[in-house]
Amino acid sequence: MAGVATLRKPKAESRATRTGAAGRLGPKIRRNLSAHGFLIGAVICFTFFSWYPIIREFIMSFQKAVYGGGYAWAGWSNYVRIFRDPTFWQAWRNTLEFTLLALVFGYAAPFFVALLLNELRHARGYLRVLVYLPVMLPPASALLLFAYFYNPQYGLFDDILRILHLPTSQWVFQPGSGFVSVAMVSVVIASTWMNMGAATLIYLAALQNIPGELYEAAELDGAGLWRRIRHITIPQTRLILLMLLLLQIVATMQMFVESFVLTNQGGGVGDNTLSVVMLIYQYAFAMSGASNYNSASALGVMLMLVLAAFSGGFLWLTRERG
Amino acid sequence: MAGLAATARAARRRPVAGTTTRTLISGASLHRRRGRITYRVVLTLAIVVFTLVFIGPIYFLFTDGLKSTQEVIATPPTLYPHQPHPGSYVQAFDRLDMARLFWNTIYYAFGALAFQLVFDVAAAYSLSKLRPVLGNVIFFLMLATLMIPSTVLVVPQYVTMTDLPILHLNLVGTPEAIWLPTVANAFNIFLLKRFFDSIPSDYIDAAQIDGASPLRILRSIVLPISRPIIGVVSIFGLVAVWKDFLWPLLVEYGYTPTRETLNVGIWQAAYGTPQNLIIAASAMAAVPTIVFFLIFQRNIMAGLTAGGIRG
Repeated sequence: MAGVATLRKPKAESRATRTGAAGRLGPKIRRNLSAHGFLIGAVICFTFFSWYPIIREFIMSFQKAVYGGGYAWAGWSNYVRIFRDPTFWQAWRNTLEFTLLALVFGYAAPFFVALLLNELRHARGYLRVLVYLPVMLPPASALLLFAYFYNPQYGLFDDILRILHLPTSQWVFQPGSGFVSVAMVSVVIASTWMNMGAATLIYLAALQNIPGELYEAAELDGAGLWRRIRHITIPQTRLILLMLLLLQIVATMQMFVESFVLTNQGGGVGDNTLSVVMLIYQYAFAMSGASNYNSASALGVMLMLVLAAFSGGFLWLTRERG
Repeated sequence: MAGLAATARAARRRPVAGTTTRTLISGASLHRRRGRITYRVVLTLAIVVFTLVFIGPIYFLFTDGLKSTQEVIATPPTLYPHQPHPGSYVQAFDRLDMARLFWNTIYYAFGALAFQLVFDVAAAYSLSKLRPVLGNVIFFLMLATLMIPSTVLVVPQYVTMTDLPILHLNLVGTPEAIWLPTVANAFNIFLLKRFFDSIPSDYIDAAQIDGASPLRILRSIVLPISRPIIGVVSIFGLVAVWKDFLWPLLVEYGYTPTRETLNVGIWQAAYGTPQNLIIAASAMAAVPTIVFFLIFQRNIMAGLTAGGIRG
């Protein structure tokens, strides 16, 4: 829309500028004006909804609400307050637990599935569609379905365990806060089912780009299956493997919807599946009565810095040498 | 229709013996007796296990909505609805006001798409071909936002939305609260700009000499060439709004009549609604995305890899 408005203008003005005093400078300014006219819509949206909120998050984390409206300087008090909150430490621990478990389940599985799919000569299209189908479901649909499977009274999973005469479980509502808790594993299973399709298809595309001669040569040299995977497949897909590792860790550190829907926004028994982003949400919007945007911002700043430091360190460690 | 087309395509793509490119395991070893048997076993296992794991839950998603409330919570569970209750779908549709939820989601998704296409295409075109003063700085600042994970910004974004600076508008509860932030998507701009960069400038120069305005060049030269990338951006733009949860929960939650998206609407109704109705509602919410996927599966899969990685 903005583009249309500015584009019509130069045409109408062109005669005026040509005869005007602007002389040689005219066309250049005009070209720049129309170029900025095309940019302006996106720049306004970035300013209001991306650049300004980033700065504002830092500012808000050092402010406090004043009785009767407005904000005042608060120094580090928001940070001090959330450091003293035991839930804060719990949330970080849970997020780390989720991230590590999601790596164990969700990072290796897509790679091996992609390896398998790449070897099959039949039914590949069908299997590819299957793996990606859950990615397309609205998360609430998929998670409400899992919440139903996990239901301790009538859920499918406990029914299967009962038929097999195994002890049943409370799944996401299983108490206990060990580092590998049943509750968190349940969240990770649902999350992996929902999300693994995308990574699988990206790996599959990478595998298809490996030149066949490499395998040919390795086989002639007597390399077995495992050594071919180790010395050809993995080095050839190294960049994609590292890229997805980074993206997956950054994404799982921001886990929210899985635990939020599966545990009815409670964060499990004794907060054992409460994540950092859920705690941001609770600080900002769900704390009874006194919602506190400033503590939430302080926590947001911490998560932002942790993720930025992690990404930076990761990229630095894995940079191409030479 | 889509299913037919997909099977036809799959049939065409099935490789003829000898024409496959070499993968981890050589074609020759698969033709040996032992190799053939192992391959058959692995293939069968893969098809059975994948179908169980990925279609299994989706099967229950669609059939359990047909069960009565008693049957849904019966132990042991029934594999298929013994007394089908298509009425649960109708009941869920009315009780959750699904018609409105569907309409809201479609309205938000296509509105966001329109804003993204107009503003992001225009911006990428300007950055790639018109190259204004400070364009590179702006592009760098846009790309820098990719380093900031989106969920950590929800609080300042929400507070900004309640009182836009300078304009002093409260957009919470309006469709713009969903539409406008989707424009601030550096990944879209990056993809579009990279594609526009590959368009030879000879075309642009020729049109310029003929006296075409920048808008005319965008419309008659750049857009027709860029159909594939615009397709990718559109598909992922629609899916992103359809799947988003946290942001619509913050800005469209708790209005009467409801302004929620499907995703938030069925979650909000989940507690205190009989289980079979919730499953039926979840199934209905999933239908459009599944149909959309089956129609556009080739574009979606190509987009996943061509566009690099979508965060």
